[in-house]
Amino acid sequence: MLYAGFWAVLPQQVTNDEQPARRDLAALVPFAAIGLGVVLLQGLLFGDNGLAGTAGWLIAVIAVGAGVIWHQSDPARRGQWVDNPTKAPPWLAAVVEESDRRSFLFRFIGGGVLVATGIIGVVAVYAPAGNLASVFNGVIFALVGLLGVGVVVAPLLWRTFNQLRTEREGRIREQERAELAAMIHDQVLHTLALIQRNSTDIKEVQRLARGQERSLRNWLYKPTASPTERFAAAIEEAAAEVEDTYAITVETVVVGDTDCDERVGALVAAAREALVNAARHAGVDTVSLYAEVEADELSVFVRDRGTGFDLDTMEDSRHGVRGSIIGRMQRHGGRAVIRSGPGDGTEVRLTLPASRDGSTAEKEVVK
Amino acid sequence: MTDDRRLTVFLVDDHAMFRAGVRAELGAHVDVVGEASSVAEALTRISATQPDVVLLDVHMPDGGGRAVLESMRRTHPQVKFLALSVSDAAEDVIGLIRAGARGYVTKTISPDELAAAIRRVADGDAVFSPRLAGFVLDAFASRPDVPVADPELDQLTNREREVLRLLARGYAYKEIAKELYISIKTVETHVSNVLRKLQMSNRYELSRWAADRRLV
Repeated sequence: MLYAGFWAVLPQQVTNDEQPARRDLAALVPFAAIGLGVVLLQGLLFGDNGLAGTAGWLIAVIAVGAGVIWHQSDPARRGQWVDNPTKAPPWLAAVVEESDRRSFLFRFIGGGVLVATGIIGVVAVYAPAGNLASVFNGVIFALVGLLGVGVVVAPLLWRTFNQLRTEREGRIREQERAELAAMIHDQVLHTLALIQRNSTDIKEVQRLARGQERSLRNWLYKPTASPTERFAAAIEEAAAEVEDTYAITVETVVVGDTDCDERVGALVAAAREALVNAARHAGVDTVSLYAEVEADELSVFVRDRGTGFDLDTMEDSRHGVRGSIIGRMQRHGGRAVIRSGPGDGTEVRLTLPASRDGSTAEKEVVK
Repeated sequence: MTDDRRLTVFLVDDHAMFRAGVRAELGAHVDVVGEASSVAEALTRISATQPDVVLLDVHMPDGGGRAVLESMRRTHPQVKFLALSVSDAAEDVIGLIRAGARGYVTKTISPDELAAAIRRVADGDAVFSPRLAGFVLDAFASRPDVPVADPELDQLTNREREVLRLLARGYAYKEIAKELYISIKTVETHVSNVLRKLQMSNRYELSRWAADRRLV
């Protein structure tokens, strides 16, 4: 009666938990029939009691259990083959999602209970007789049963594992695609729309195209570093801001990298000011920015081939140069050298000793 | 410089619009003798036209500029290659140079500068974009932990370093010569030496960059 109860409860439980609409209870009938058939056969051949009879019951139980597991794994496979592979098949949800994972668990617990019951049954039937050999046989019998269940379950587990993996890979790909699509939508399409709207304003079109190019490049090639932490990232960000604000191209070349601190931040700010000056006053489309990190020194060069200016007249009119570049570098133990002349373009050279030791704060303006 | 003879130039790029643009821009300076949009096409047509300089796009289907370079370098060593790309990625630049290109410029280069670069490459000199100069400085940076197998090839001289720095700062060859009180020819020699080192050296950074794109 106990076994019959298991047989009755287990399949129903599973069927209820797992997509009742698709699963046909009738499909279970053959397994039940097989189990019953085996039991009847055993009963007819060996009588109702004794070793053989119990063996019959156990075989029946295992046959039904295995049948149930097979039955449940099969629709899964079928489901995947039938469904579009890119769409997560319904069965997969059954394995992945919380509620259905529980049903999966139920199945295994059910199987385990069947096997355990088999073993307990064998021991309970034979142990009182004190016949060790019988107990031994019974255990072997149970082990064979276990092995059978293992053989039945192993392919299912393997398949489940593979399908899970495939599904996860698919999801990662899908996520990347979605990210790319979002980026293109947010940035590229937006920029293209703006370019179409501003197609008569060449300066604006250039600015838009350049900004978009930069962000795409960053997206494609650069490992992202925070501008507040790394020198190279900070200097590139400063260049990008100037490009965006003044619609010029800053040819940025950075060699080496270092961590940012207050002094490095001052160097970046001075470089930014030099870029802004070049963008505002030089009257050129392109400014070169070169930054190099050496063991003992950080240097930044900002160069344009623009109009240049007379350094002697600079003192009064160019507050930005005095305060934001030369003064700032001095305060932080570095130095700024400006070379310029009318018609020759301008180059601002900023250097900052790597450590405060031995740094000489001096101001030097060379013509 | 061979100003009396117009240079013949061949364009390899899979974007027809870009080829047309370059052709129009260069028309005043050089003779564009042919175009190709794929690797296979490039191989047959370059063999047929025997140009002085091939402008080579880095990114193309079927192996890109590198595939063209590798086949042509063996059969037509006299043809010079100048790599032209939208990409500034180190792997692309280093890979092409190590495959035998005499120089590298980005597609945003102005027509005059491009013409000058073509002439320079045709004369057997090297052309470095500021960014390429920066890469080289980075790759050849003296790090105490990196063993130098061959100092002749794996290290830059101070002078070469200075020249590269100025290149990276946006100086033209003429300006570099003036800045360092040397002749333009000497500047060109330095850059060519750097190019040779870049092609021959087995420094870890170079092989790593190339390996990143499986280009070695």
